[in-house]
Amino acid sequence: MTGTTYSHVPGYVAGDRPQIVTSRFQYDDSYTLERAVATDGYAGLRAALGRSATEVHDEVKTATVLGRGGAGFPAGTKWGLTPQAVWPRYLVVNGDESEPGTYKDRLLMERDPHQLIEGCLIACYAAGLSQCFLYIRGEMALAQERVAAALNEAYAAGYVGNNILGSDFSVDIVLHWGAGAYVVGEETALIESLEGNRGMPRLKPPFFPAAIGLYGKPTIVNNVETLANLPWLMRNGAAAYTAIGSATSPGTRMVAVSGHVKRPGVYEIINGTTTFRDLLYNDEFCGGIRDDNELKAFVPGGGSAPWFLPDQLDLPFEGRLIGAAGSMAGSGAVMVMDHTTDIPKAALTLTRFYAHESCGKCTPCREGGTWLMRILDRVVAGQGTARDLDQLLEVGATICPGDFPHASSERLGIAAVPFPYKMTTICFVGPSAYTPVHSALTLFRDEFEAKLLKRTFIPVTGIHEPAVAQ
Amino acid sequence: MSRLSEDNVRIAQEIIGRYPRARSATIPLLHLAQQQDGYVTNEAIRHIGELVGATSAEVLGTATFYEMFKFEPVGKYLVNICRTMSCALMGGDELMHHAEHTLGIKAGSTTPDGLITLEHAECQAACTEAPTLQVNYRYRFRVTPETFDALIEDLRAGRLDSEIPPHGTVARIRQRIPADRGVGAVAPEDVTTAPAWMPAPEAAK
Repeated sequence: MTGTTYSHVPGYVAGDRPQIVTSRFQYDDSYTLERAVATDGYAGLRAALGRSATEVHDEVKTATVLGRGGAGFPAGTKWGLTPQAVWPRYLVVNGDESEPGTYKDRLLMERDPHQLIEGCLIACYAAGLSQCFLYIRGEMALAQERVAAALNEAYAAGYVGNNILGSDFSVDIVLHWGAGAYVVGEETALIESLEGNRGMPRLKPPFFPAAIGLYGKPTIVNNVETLANLPWLMRNGAAAYTAIGSATSPGTRMVAVSGHVKRPGVYEIINGTTTFRDLLYNDEFCGGIRDDNELKAFVPGGGSAPWFLPDQLDLPFEGRLIGAAGSMAGSGAVMVMDHTTDIPKAALTLTRFYAHESCGKCTPCREGGTWLMRILDRVVAGQGTARDLDQLLEVGATICPGDFPHASSERLGIAAVPFPYKMTTICFVGPSAYTPVHSALTLFRDEFEAKLLKRTFIPVTGIHEPAVAQ
Repeated sequence: MSRLSEDNVRIAQEIIGRYPRARSATIPLLHLAQQQDGYVTNEAIRHIGELVGATSAEVLGTATFYEMFKFEPVGKYLVNICRTMSCALMGGDELMHHAEHTLGIKAGSTTPDGLITLEHAECQAACTEAPTLQVNYRYRFRVTPETFDALIEDLRAGRLDSEIPPHGTVARIRQRIPADRGVGAVAPEDVTTAPAWMPAPEAAK
């Protein structure tokens, strides 16, 4: 196995690849202002302040920095969607990372908070955003402490607040923190939560946050990793950025690979060209399946993504290609299942997550997610009937009517149905409860059938041996 | 003691002052109340409502939405064991089974001495280090039955007091915005012009 690990960043593996967002992870004091400044920290901000806001915005547009939160929308384009001459505009940083399998924002906040702060400042400067709210997931105590300490240092040193670095650029960054709710990662729910309400997504279209967001004003919501790209981009320029990665997915991207691999880890990979086979089998990354077992299936882009089979291993990690193959690149999280995995049980762990995290606003998700979980629970416990399997698909169809995306399989002789799906809910939590059920049932129906009505009878009298019903 | 103390009211006012609308401080203030009392009391809910200009029902409505807020006392240590996919694939269920037997309680309850509350948690964002748990939101990675038992022993003996504060305290470092450096929050309706640094064409649009 090649690559370097650091005891101060459990999970992260550095390799012989370009580092856009993780270059400071090698230092055990990477989160301090002293280390940041000694390693080009805030040089990107200085470069930005030396140019006009429009020029900086154009540079980000040219670089096509894709959003790293899940949807993959280009940040520069998103900034341009604010209505003209409506003020103030706000920046809300989405650090509510909680998609199953995903963690990169937590590391970026814990290990390099100054890079994130610098990214926030560049975004505020370019898009004319006059206040920034940095929303960190409630359960991330260390990230909150590191970002708070970094903000205190940055304020004292004149990088944040009034007349930054002596210019006429002034912006406050306010640290805000959540209290445990997955759905708040959805940008309109994040805004609701930031306004002091229950974190329930707002209905859209017609009005996206860029038009009507926080306090009814134009609001840009960007993911932590997206913003962490900006300091490097400002220092090195869009041409250097697009020289890395593929034409449609430039730069690098943080991907967490977990589950049954030899070396699970968070890797900064070259975006758009690294294949799943590279990720799972190369010595540079995970080095193969644990105990040299057989790969059964994997989730390519976080718990919400339809599952892939070994058939899809040669796909590069590129949003459009993954979408055409029936899934999504999502939040950059691969979860790997080897041949020992009980597929219905694995699906249950994800469906239970989404059923539990439903905010309750949309009926198909609130009721449907719970139904899916209960039926699946019954099947996994050996108490399901053949009717239950059809029922799972029927309930799913009330959340996502029509064809649901899935991968192709040579073994089953089925072709891929491309992403996305139709949905009857405001946000993706409802469909995500159905995704693992649909993938598992479509690709491994035999495993569900093998579990039907396998409960053990314990006779009252004790005369008969416990028997398995047929 | 259940309304916010004088010191905490000062902190609360500092927090409220950073937002264009006071209501935005609701969740931070609920954390502050939980830090003070270990859980969120009815009196604290009422007090927070007074501070942010909301009714008790509105504050309670917000508070009950979020997993981290507790409305009755919990143990000094909240042990959350992850059960979502990556952890489940690596033995999260078995770890919970072991924990329930070791502590003699089911997930969702507290040990009789009031020290430890055990709970299921959903994805903790440390999936490569599965199975994971958090004690008062401080991570433990690749937990085995042996390291779990050692952790419980350390908690009981008070050996982790310096690393793990009692339940209610999440971050021990607070943001402080120096008066001479902060821009200050302005109500959104009081901002009608482009920020000073925006170039004229954009500002004029």
